[in-house]
Amino acid sequence: MSSKRGTAALRLTDAVPLFTALGDATRLRLLGRLAGGPLSITRLSEGTGVTRQAITRHLHALGDVGLVRHARRGRERVWDLNRKRLEIAQRYLDHIAAQWDDAAERLRAFVED
Amino acid sequence: MAVKTPAQSDTVSTDRIEKRVVLRAPRTRVWRALTNAGEFGTWFRVKLEGAFTEGSWIRGRMAIPGYEHVTLEMLVERIDPERYFSYRWHPYAVDAAVDYSAEPTTLVEFKLEETEGGTALTIVESGFDRIPLARRAEAFRMNDNGWAGQIKHLARYVE
Repeated sequence: MSSKRGTAALRLTDAVPLFTALGDATRLRLLGRLAGGPLSITRLSEGTGVTRQAITRHLHALGDVGLVRHARRGRERVWDLNRKRLEIAQRYLDHIAAQWDDAAERLRAFVED
Repeated sequence: MAVKTPAQSDTVSTDRIEKRVVLRAPRTRVWRALTNAGEFGTWFRVKLEGAFTEGSWIRGRMAIPGYEHVTLEMLVERIDPERYFSYRWHPYAVDAAVDYSAEPTTLVEFKLEETEGGTALTIVESGFDRIPLARRAEAFRMNDNGWAGQIKHLARYVE
């Protein structure tokens, strides 16, 4: 059991930069907006009350850990979620699955006694 | 409802989790542990108030260290004695400051079958694709706090 925990913790240590990038409300909101498809900085700034410069900084912080990337669409630069999008969903599922593993083991101990 | 035999972790779905365990206990015993709210609470670690009834909400405070601030709310969907039990809830709803009630729920299903040496239990949780990505990402922010201590502990252990 403890070795399993150790492995999980090690994997998490590797992922600390990712968590750090995610640990900000504005950046989470940007990710949420990009989940609907690529957007320009102008569109991403709309209604946030945050300057374009600040949004750009946040996007670069997300880009540094591979969560988003930018591309040209005509004359416009757009930002898009990276395939990490799937990875977030997958990691979330892994985490919930690990909780079910723990719960199932507690159930086993409970009924097999 | 067809009971699918789960393949060995070959799923690429981001929508569902499926677990199958064989418990060395009679089906009646496992059924009681799942559907008697008091017994469920003992192994799941939640202090549920009331009983599981189809179509009704049941609530209780989590008793897992680090999650004591969380109130669990479950909407029981179906109770098919000794075969099938299902409910809906908000997955990983651990931020006391967030009102999750308007958000989509996931469906949790328990399926029981008698098998050689005991009872085969299949647990399925599905509907994750309807949970907003930002909410899923937030789970790691929440988690990071909880795990920070563990990482420190590990660092002490390996140093």
